[in-house]
Amino acid sequence: MKIGTPKEIFAGEHRVAMTPESALALQKLGHTCVIEAGAGAAAGFADKAYKEAGVEVVKTAAALWKAADVVAKVRVPDDAEMKRLRADQTLISFFSPVADEDKMQAAAKKGATVVAMEMIPRISRAQKMDALSSMANIAGYRAVIEAGNNFGRFFTGQITAAGKVPPAKVLVVGAGVAGLAAIGTSTSLGAITYAFDVRPEVAEQVESMGAEFVYLDFEEEQTDGAATGGYASVSSPEFREAQLAKFRELAPEVDIVITTALIPNRDAPELWTEDMVKAMKPGSVIVDLAAEKGGNCKLTVMDEKIVTANGVTIIGYTDFPSRMATQASSLYATNIRHLMTDLTPEKDGEINHNMEDDVIRGATIAHGKEVTFPPPPPKVAAIAAAPKKEPAKELTAEEKRAAEDAAFKQQTRNQVTLLGVGAALVLGVGLIPGMPASFMQHFIVFVLSVFIGFQVIWNVAHSLHTPLMAVTNAISSIIILGALIQVGSSSLLITLLGALGIFMASVNIFGGFLVTRRMLAMFQKS
Amino acid sequence: MENAFTIAAYVVAAILFILSLGGLSGQESAKRAVWYGIVGMAIAVLATLIGPGSGLWFASLVLIAGGAAVGYQLATKVEMTQMPELVAIMHSLVGLAAVFVGFNADLMINYIGGVYEAEGLVMGAVDAGGVKAIGLPKEVYEGLSAFGQLIAKKSSVEIGILRVELVLGIWIGAVTFTGSVIAYAKLAGSSSKLPINIDTSAKKLPGGHMLNAGAAALSVLLLIVYLGGSGSWALVLLTLAGLFIGYHLIMGIGGADMPVVVSMLNSYSGWAAAAIGFSLGNDLLIVVGALVGSSGAILSYIMCKAMNRSFVSVILGGFGGPAGEQMAVEGEQIAIEADGVAAALNEADSVVIIPGYGMAVAQAQQGVAELTRKLRAAGKTVRFAIHPVAGRLPGHMNVLLAEAKVPYDIVLEMDEINDDFPDTDVAIVIGSNDIVNPAAQDDPNSPIAGMPVLECWKAKQVFVSKRGQGTGYSGIENPLFFKDNTRMFYGDAKASIDKLLPIID
Repeated sequence: MKIGTPKEIFAGEHRVAMTPESALALQKLGHTCVIEAGAGAAAGFADKAYKEAGVEVVKTAAALWKAADVVAKVRVPDDAEMKRLRADQTLISFFSPVADEDKMQAAAKKGATVVAMEMIPRISRAQKMDALSSMANIAGYRAVIEAGNNFGRFFTGQITAAGKVPPAKVLVVGAGVAGLAAIGTSTSLGAITYAFDVRPEVAEQVESMGAEFVYLDFEEEQTDGAATGGYASVSSPEFREAQLAKFRELAPEVDIVITTALIPNRDAPELWTEDMVKAMKPGSVIVDLAAEKGGNCKLTVMDEKIVTANGVTIIGYTDFPSRMATQASSLYATNIRHLMTDLTPEKDGEINHNMEDDVIRGATIAHGKEVTFPPPPPKVAAIAAAPKKEPAKELTAEEKRAAEDAAFKQQTRNQVTLLGVGAALVLGVGLIPGMPASFMQHFIVFVLSVFIGFQVIWNVAHSLHTPLMAVTNAISSIIILGALIQVGSSSLLITLLGALGIFMASVNIFGGFLVTRRMLAMFQKS
Repeated sequence: MENAFTIAAYVVAAILFILSLGGLSGQESAKRAVWYGIVGMAIAVLATLIGPGSGLWFASLVLIAGGAAVGYQLATKVEMTQMPELVAIMHSLVGLAAVFVGFNADLMINYIGGVYEAEGLVMGAVDAGGVKAIGLPKEVYEGLSAFGQLIAKKSSVEIGILRVELVLGIWIGAVTFTGSVIAYAKLAGSSSKLPINIDTSAKKLPGGHMLNAGAAALSVLLLIVYLGGSGSWALVLLTLAGLFIGYHLIMGIGGADMPVVVSMLNSYSGWAAAAIGFSLGNDLLIVVGALVGSSGAILSYIMCKAMNRSFVSVILGGFGGPAGEQMAVEGEQIAIEADGVAAALNEADSVVIIPGYGMAVAQAQQGVAELTRKLRAAGKTVRFAIHPVAGRLPGHMNVLLAEAKVPYDIVLEMDEINDDFPDTDVAIVIGSNDIVNPAAQDDPNSPIAGMPVLECWKAKQVFVSKRGQGTGYSGIENPLFFKDNTRMFYGDAKASIDKLLPIID
């Protein structure tokens, strides 16, 4: 098949859907490539480079549309281009099935196949073709750069001989792909970055990028983003109020606001109101990435940069990716190339438009003389929904009190029982007829020692149980005293046994204490 | 035999011993505490040597010096992994010493009886008041050794009590002696220095519990016979019965229960010392014996609680039979290689390491410590989770990790860390099995049901370093190994860790 890319005719569009690099990869799939002369010039790719990559260069757009079986471009085709589209031709480009419904109908009527890049489903397998993400990534980065360009200070805080510079404070609203890219760029420039999103589950991603997540003081059953394919959904009025209140609180502090909040197939929600703009310091910058859909700030003028009365710059450009045409083109061309790989499973240069495939089916909006939008829901759920967790039942204060009381009573009962039994035993021993007092004296010492032992040992740290065993082992060799007393006897046998006893006990004394010291010396703090 | 000075010295020594045990509540105070113990022991021995009643003090000093040399050798040569064996074998010495001292007391009673007879008197006879024993004539009395004098003063009731006490001392000492020797052999396994080989698994002679009960009953019978004045042969038989019980009791207990056994023997050696203290009328012996005895008893209790087992059932030998069919384990064990483990570790933020006896056997603690240092240097949180019965001695793992210079403040107890597993990225199980067995919680029919375990399977990923697919000491299958988030890292623990170390960045 012949894959062709015309020059973009939309004013100010610098991107191109094919690069010399992607052309080489496409040729490996068995396709041939054709490009309109000068198509890549604005993105920094000369015709010569395409020729070197084996791409045929044709002079006019008409010739290209005629030659190509598959036309890959960036912007949705204009009316002139729609006329050139012919039956059995495949068109791959950004193509909104809602905004450009007429063109979609027309293409279907003609019998052309249209693959809309924004309709690529958001599943893991399709990430490599997700042009929205790759463009949003660029937009997020560029938004920070544009903001910096219009911001009169450093991003990073510095203390120099010429004075102290406070770091800039950046607030990113909406932590989607563009938002996260903006956060990453802003933090690496050294600004203090805050980020907000209605989906609380992205807080972790935000924090992993080095920004601080702005939490709302609001409790509501939040819709899990996973249920809507990873996109934000409309929030309740109460939630919106809480959110706006938080922004109002932040407005006087922040120097740069980057809003990226978009809800699929709706106008952009108003998040940065006029009074917030008024509260901001002069010289502050707002970059509204939602300008195309009406803007997150109502003062935003699409495709323009304005300065408000109080000196706040509001940037409403919609062509951020185009402003970085080289980078954007190579990413977009790679997305197209990945899509072509999926469309050419045999790598034989023949396109197999498999309408059973989730990704291809989802992105195709016109095929076989029919409109194939909207697609059926994909067979694979985009993101696994997090299982709902039942929070552990909190005990009320009374229940806790009751439990504590019960435990205390139980303890008291146990202790009293133990004491009672112990006392009865001791008294019982004392009541044995003829029990000599000399024995009782020793007995008292014994009972008290057992008692002290119990009191003391409970406090021994668990990690020191081995040293405890070694120490008790060493001091249990106190039996040596018995042997020492006996060894002086007149009986040879007694002396002999006593001597053995002394020897063994002293092995134990020295061995036990030494090994304990060795062990304890090893314990050290980090 | 005692004068005021000796008794005063004993009081000081007793207080020092109590402080010594109490000081073990913290790592830092413990270093001071051990010195209290040493000074206490020195005071006690010196006071006894210079006090009245001890003869041959020069010979005694020589013997002590000899013992010191042997003890020094033992203590400095021993590997930290062999600590359980060392403690066990040292207990046996205390037990044997108690037996000897007890026998001496009996011999002395017989000897004094002979002296009385030679004088035409009856030992233990009391005067008309019925209280004070009629003593020997002064010149004969003075000719006796200090210990002899002590016995010569006693009335017949007191001598009866004395005999009960010394029988207790000898019997407990005998049980401690053989029990400790067997425990040593089981713990040391193939490296045992005993001439005979002892199977490390639970073994019982036919008859099992009945044999123990029979031997105990025989001991009581012999005690009565001995008190009836039969002479020393009953005492010898009684000692043999004690030796047999010690042997058979410990033979019937499996290696996994060794922490309980060792602390129980520790307790016994204390009680034996206390019993001997009674018969000698020596308060310091009683005090220290009671301290050691209660310490060992509490440790045994803590160990048993950690295994959710009744003390009695452990002592009487091994597990009770399972109440019903155990849950069958489904799934398969999935093996993983070192690079997989390393990749997961490189990505993880928090790591918990659960060491067990396998780490001690493989001597892998140095490697584990090195791994810990590397991971900590990379800014990861690394902690150790220690189950109360990990290893073969209470606190065994703590000592090994301390030896490898793992700081003790990242070594946590089960209760401190169990709640943190859900937030842990990687849990590494090194040579432990039963203490991480989820069956203890899930399967009411498991032999270890109800035993508190480390809930490592709640971590995002679990790696188990293990020699092969065998079961643990308790011989039960571990469902942890079959879980979806578990990967088996087969091989000797030390070799495995060494393979892992160079590929961690």
